[in-house]
Amino acid sequence: MAALDWTRRTFLRLSSLTGGWIAAGGLFAPPVSGEPAPPPADAETVAVTLRVNGTARPLTLDPRTSLLDALREHLGLTGTKKGCDMGACGACTVHLDGRRVVSCLTLAAMADGRAITTIEGLAQGGRLHPMQAAFVAHDGMQCGYCTPGQIMSAVALVREGRATSEAAIREFMSGNICRCGAYPNIVDAITSVAPLSGSSEAR
Amino acid sequence: MHPFAYRRAQDADAASALAGAAGSDVIAGGTDLLQLMKDDVRRPNRLIDITGLPWTRIESGPAGLRLGALARMSDVADASAVRDNYPVISEALLASASPQVRNMATIGGNLMQRTRCVYFRDVATACNKRAPGSGCSALDGENRLHAVLGGSADCVATHASDLAVALVALDAMVLLRGASGERRVPLDAFHLLPGDTPERETVLQPGELIVAVEVPAAPHARRSHYLKIRDRASFEFALASAAVALEVEGGVIRQSRIALGGVATKPWRARAAEALLAGRPPVPATFVAAADEALAGARPLQQNGFKIELAKRTVVRALHTAAQGA
Repeated sequence: MAALDWTRRTFLRLSSLTGGWIAAGGLFAPPVSGEPAPPPADAETVAVTLRVNGTARPLTLDPRTSLLDALREHLGLTGTKKGCDMGACGACTVHLDGRRVVSCLTLAAMADGRAITTIEGLAQGGRLHPMQAAFVAHDGMQCGYCTPGQIMSAVALVREGRATSEAAIREFMSGNICRCGAYPNIVDAITSVAPLSGSSEAR
Repeated sequence: MHPFAYRRAQDADAASALAGAAGSDVIAGGTDLLQLMKDDVRRPNRLIDITGLPWTRIESGPAGLRLGALARMSDVADASAVRDNYPVISEALLASASPQVRNMATIGGNLMQRTRCVYFRDVATACNKRAPGSGCSALDGENRLHAVLGGSADCVATHASDLAVALVALDAMVLLRGASGERRVPLDAFHLLPGDTPERETVLQPGELIVAVEVPAAPHARRSHYLKIRDRASFEFALASAAVALEVEGGVIRQSRIALGGVATKPWRARAAEALLAGRPPVPATFVAAADEALAGARPLQQNGFKIELAKRTVVRALHTAAQGA
């Protein structure tokens, strides 16, 4: 059935064509269409190799390119979302050398050669990462736009050993804003993956 | 964003030479600078990446603590030597920004961050700090978040760092390196009052870089605490904050340190309040007297008068918590 083959992006493109799927005060960047414009011929460029989800991806970029834009616009990895583009919302959270960072305030040039994990790299062999499965099971989302960033942050939080209490989870998830307010279910999802008493297991 | 050339500094000398050239900005964690560049507040022609320099170590010994300028905020906050012997530093760091930003931002960069004054960050408005001589929009504008201490007729923007407040309370020194060698500056003298030159924020000379921050060991540092009051519970800048440290012996305060954040134009050491505590018992009445002294010179603007009482109560509660501690 063709409808089942639709990707989320196809849906978003169609939705945007049919008008105003999200006009929330400029909070969200519009869906990407087509290839990014190449930098002007006289601009300086930098050659970088981004190691994304285990694959080396050489790119020639305008030095101004953020890691977020490199992932989305140049590599087509649109799972990482652009929310505020100023480090305040966490929608663009990825792991850089195993640590969670906001990719909107990371220059792609400064991520050269470093290991990058995005939401696309969490599932292994077609099986969801336990945190992804927990977000599904606990309904840890409504519109879903912040969800990739929430999940990348949650995976890191557990690895950091910060899933010690609900209060700690809330504090150490404070870099990820959910405009829909799915916070209770997000906390439940994280708690289910990292039982509060099992901090050693949580690591 | 203004176009720039990107350069990686291979060593400290190269970094100084590149950073000293007109139009250069230095980048490490980038969490503040990239915001400023996206907003056109900073428009460097050349960006010098210093993250390859070997200034990331966190070292602790009998003489004190040494934090490399390129150590990440999260690594310093989690270091056991910091948590155990200088809790005010760890607490100030964990009260700063978000976990993601703390994984990126560096100690040196934290000291160099620019004010969150909305007019400074909006190039469509007048701001003496961003565009000297253009005027201060905050004096008669939205000034609820601005300073009640250390302001001038030209600028009332607060210094935004939590870490710097903790460090200035503990008499930290900043190690600087430039073309003419190294020098040490007390952190309290590193940041400048705005006066009539608010665009000058530190004593850093062109090409000079922060190499490390040094914190002397002291008994009071072990009994130290950071309390930050904000408009929301987490991931927010301070309305008022207090870094305090106490050494109590025989029922009286031998040594104390008090510094304020969120209310002043630079990390604000309250030495007169410290002097008032010496030799007195660690009880609420003493703490209230110290808090009154700390805010004695405060001058409110139209919207931020609440900060004076808020800062006093922040000092009292921080001292009370420190006195209860081990």
